[in-house]
Amino acid sequence: MALSRDDVEKVALLARLQLSEAELDTLTDELAQIVTYVDQLAEVDTGDVEPMAHAVELSNVFAADGVRPSLPREQALANAPAHNERGYLVPAVLGD
Amino acid sequence: MIEIVWFLNSQSAKVEVRKWHKSMAEDFTTVIGLEVHVQLATQSKLFCRCSTQFGAEPNTQTCPLCIGMPGTLPVMNREAYDLALKTAVALDCEIPEFTKWDRKQYYYPDLPKGYQISQYDLPMSSGGTLAISDSQDQFEPKQIRITRAHLEEDAGKSIHDEANGKADSEIDLNRTGTPLLEIVSEPDLRSPAEAKAYLQELKLLLTYLGVSDCNMQEGSLRVDANVNLHLETDSGSAATPIVEIKNLNSFRAVERAIEYEAGRQYRVWQETGQKLGEAPKQTRGWDDAAGVTRGQRSKEESSDYRYFPDPDLVPVITLPEQVAQVKASLGELPAALRQRLTTDFGLSEYDAEVLVNQGRALVDYTLRVADLSGDAKSACNWVTQEVLRVLKEQGRSIEQFQEQSVSSNDLAELICKVKSGEVPSARARELFDVMAREIYVSFEDKLSFEEVVKSLGIEQVDESELIDLCKELLGANPRIVADVQNGKQQAVGALIGQAKQRNPNVDPGQIRKLCLELIEQGFGSAE
Amino acid sequence: MELLSLLSAGEITSVEVTQGYLDQISAEDGAVGAFLHADVDLALSKAAEVDRRRQANEPLGRLAGLPVAVKDVLCDTQMPATCASRMLENFRPPYDSTVVAKLKEADAVLIGRTNMDEFAMGGSTENSAYQLTRNPWDLERAPGGSSGGAAACVAARMAPLSIGTDTGGSIRQPAGLCGVVGLKPTYGRVSRYGLVAFASSLDQVGPLALNVADAALLLETIAGHDPLDSTSLDEPLPAYSTLVERPLEGLRLGIVREHFAEGLNPEVEEAVRAAVAVYESLGATVKEISLPHSKYAVATYYVIAPSEASSNLARYDGIHYGHRTDISAMQAELATEQKAFLAAGDQIAVDNMDSPLVRMYRRTRAEGFGSEVKRRIMLGTYALSAGYYDAYYLKALKVRRLIRQDFDAAFEEVDLIAGPVTAEPAFKLGQMSGDPLAMYLVDLYTVSANLAGLPGISLPCGFTTSGLPIGLQLQAAPLAEETLIRGARMFEQATDWHQRRPEKKQS
Ligand SMILES: [Zn+2]
Repeated sequence: MALSRDDVEKVALLARLQLSEAELDTLTDELAQIVTYVDQLAEVDTGDVEPMAHAVELSNVFAADGVRPSLPREQALANAPAHNERGYLVPAVLGD
Repeated sequence: MIEIVWFLNSQSAKVEVRKWHKSMAEDFTTVIGLEVHVQLATQSKLFCRCSTQFGAEPNTQTCPLCIGMPGTLPVMNREAYDLALKTAVALDCEIPEFTKWDRKQYYYPDLPKGYQISQYDLPMSSGGTLAISDSQDQFEPKQIRITRAHLEEDAGKSIHDEANGKADSEIDLNRTGTPLLEIVSEPDLRSPAEAKAYLQELKLLLTYLGVSDCNMQEGSLRVDANVNLHLETDSGSAATPIVEIKNLNSFRAVERAIEYEAGRQYRVWQETGQKLGEAPKQTRGWDDAAGVTRGQRSKEESSDYRYFPDPDLVPVITLPEQVAQVKASLGELPAALRQRLTTDFGLSEYDAEVLVNQGRALVDYTLRVADLSGDAKSACNWVTQEVLRVLKEQGRSIEQFQEQSVSSNDLAELICKVKSGEVPSARARELFDVMAREIYVSFEDKLSFEEVVKSLGIEQVDESELIDLCKELLGANPRIVADVQNGKQQAVGALIGQAKQRNPNVDPGQIRKLCLELIEQGFGSAE
Repeated sequence: MELLSLLSAGEITSVEVTQGYLDQISAEDGAVGAFLHADVDLALSKAAEVDRRRQANEPLGRLAGLPVAVKDVLCDTQMPATCASRMLENFRPPYDSTVVAKLKEADAVLIGRTNMDEFAMGGSTENSAYQLTRNPWDLERAPGGSSGGAAACVAARMAPLSIGTDTGGSIRQPAGLCGVVGLKPTYGRVSRYGLVAFASSLDQVGPLALNVADAALLLETIAGHDPLDSTSLDEPLPAYSTLVERPLEGLRLGIVREHFAEGLNPEVEEAVRAAVAVYESLGATVKEISLPHSKYAVATYYVIAPSEASSNLARYDGIHYGHRTDISAMQAELATEQKAFLAAGDQIAVDNMDSPLVRMYRRTRAEGFGSEVKRRIMLGTYALSAGYYDAYYLKALKVRRLIRQDFDAAFEEVDLIAGPVTAEPAFKLGQMSGDPLAMYLVDLYTVSANLAGLPGISLPCGFTTSGLPIGLQLQAAPLAEETLIRGARMFEQATDWHQRRPEKKQS
């Protein structure tokens, strides 16, 4: 499938990456090249094959319900780029 | 179809709605599907062991996992899965053998991982039903199809400073990762009343199952409504674009929002003629104070959630035997219970509904009283009339009531003693009220049934005693005897009052009957 | 292990051993650049504590007093965990990864954090946001990656043991290029809890060491079921460190027809064929097998790994931890843009502008991530996006199963598969820059084991005429680490490639 600069721009928004014009150009070329390489998967007959999402296929792994201590709040917030004593701070979300 | 004028909070809106309903009443049907998010009653979160307790100080119930810190891995809470499964089975859903969890990806400050763990193409259940009916006959009983019910995690909360739009928002992650069951209905609902009935029945079911506290104020039950109109026009049938209404925090809000939205869509339809498929699905928020829905800005790309199976979680296999086991352990659910109360106990549909809607505990109480007294009808009557009245007056729960005041044993004994005549029926309610009024802190302090009976001086009056009393009264009141003989039977009423003064345990009916019989036999006549 | 027996015999103290390695780090690491962070005081105080406890005859852990280097991708409350990214420059984990916890429990001396490709994405360690790591055998060449620091520090004798991670070959490939032993366990054998995820269904933690016995010891220390990792295997843990010394009898060795196709460096091919001959001389029977879908492994990998990565790295958004863009600069940028659009009368452009929140995310991530990380996020986002999911992601998951089935069939016939680790020995620094696809193709022989979840090991099997190490890769069936290490040890005992060491760098 051909990958256009327009596609790359849309993907960049989905991925929340700001790309310069130059980056957009390079990435369009590079991604197109990689996607073309990956397109060879189309030639494999996968008719009845079940997808394999895990390297080792386990099932029904659970933990018992029950409360264990949480992080002290100062520690929870310690890595935040902006916080007050109660929570994480984000610049006003104007109209989202 | 829509002919009732539903209440809106402002007079002008009321008048406006009335107007268009009058002219357009037969033109369209409102089609509604509901998405309900229920917080499951686990102690800890879905993928970590932080508490789910409501109301804690912001960010005091978080850990590296629910903060979404690098390197953390989710492990599913078994109780959350079990509660979800129980609910799905109770909703008559199909439970597939294989289910998995997927990542739903979008960016928002209250979603620390940048994705929500949810279920996409292989949910844990699908294809159920929930029956709704209305004892007030606003609509015909019907089966609402359940599309699916799936288990997912909740997001945190953004607290915006309303007063100052420029201030920072504060993020609280206490709620992040709380287990939610999303229950999606088919668009089978046709009016705000049906939507409300569906929600009430669903809430009742969840309460019976004990899977959620369904506390809407605390956000344990949240509703989104998908609404559009099906119209009959001269050129055939048409439908308006579907709108999803969010932020519905009470059943009342659901009713009002659907009502408003139907009217809004009709006006837009008249203005634009825009049909389903001609505009993208829109999301609108309900503003409860203003009583309107408002469009929410949504970028086109935001709907591309890029779901894919979460590689950190493994699938769950549920075998048919397990499903059968869950089914067998559900106990009697509201619909079956109502059925049994009407057929086996002879209750009216209305009484059965009243009783069942009060919750499992009251029904259990009633059934225990019925069982102990061997008189189901009386048990139901006592509960629906006297017990409910007292609970309402006192603002107590049935659990408190039976523990502190009238146990099922006490009420059953009362019923039996009245039946046997040991407690004159004339004094039964008085006796009940005395027992119900007392609130015992400890069981040891509690007066026994007999003690209460004794303290009130209640005792059986045998017939010879009654006859003697009647003879005495008739002898002392020749004028009344004469009145009765002259055809004024009601004159005997004056004697009943006197009899009760002499002995509070007498049965007024019996006094009346005996006096009339004695007069008939010629007793007390002036000879 | 020799050092460990000297320590337990009391012939040498942990402080002396630790100081010795710290000295080696000061002497060599200026040239090699394997470490991002070393806490000398912390290491020496741990060593002193172990010595004290040994003197008091207190019980000690399995690695008591032995220095271990850890790749900067495993959380440790006492260390940074930058993942060689600007994004996590100031991140201090509030919890220990299970592997680090096990190392601490074993009384290892955690001597430092090793350099890597940013978020483990790359095969040369050139994608580190902080520094280059050089191959101790030739400082002009890359150590491989992404665990380049982990391999280089062992090769240059700056740590006796080190922990790496392997998502597509990131332990085996640098081990091969640096002439040390590197083992990728079966997926689920070692807990991923606290390992900063690159591609969750492929990532595994594993040991790097100077010989197979040491690697087996480190594997035994870090492996085992972990209830904190849903994908962790609840299987008995063999005593690898003792079992390793038992040679395999009647070993059936497979060589893969497809491995010896065009593109394999003749010196590498020669060394690998010679290694196979060594096995034959040790009584192994050799059988040629086919893995027909192996040629699709790189394509499959470069759909699945970036897809998972795009999702795993969504959490770096500047809200809860990590880098955040300068808010006033962001606002100024938006204002300037808006002004320009308005001046041009372009109302549509104004309407389509990023909201402040979206722009904050985009700038934060653009500043925090390097180009390879961005490339993979873009690739993965694309592969998962509406309209492409079936053609790329879902298709890749199906081919992945075919790749696994090829291996299942092969392991019916053979116990181990032997082959090259990479087609070429260590390449020059900068040689691959500007050609991401060529860089991806370096993973040709290693990615299949990650896709299929198999264990694999890389061990020295020769040198090029120019003196660069050549690695031999062995792969085994899932959970057959025991076969893998016993088979590898056999070879090691019969050869002396692992005893060679690079020349000392000037201090
Ligand atoms: Zn938590």
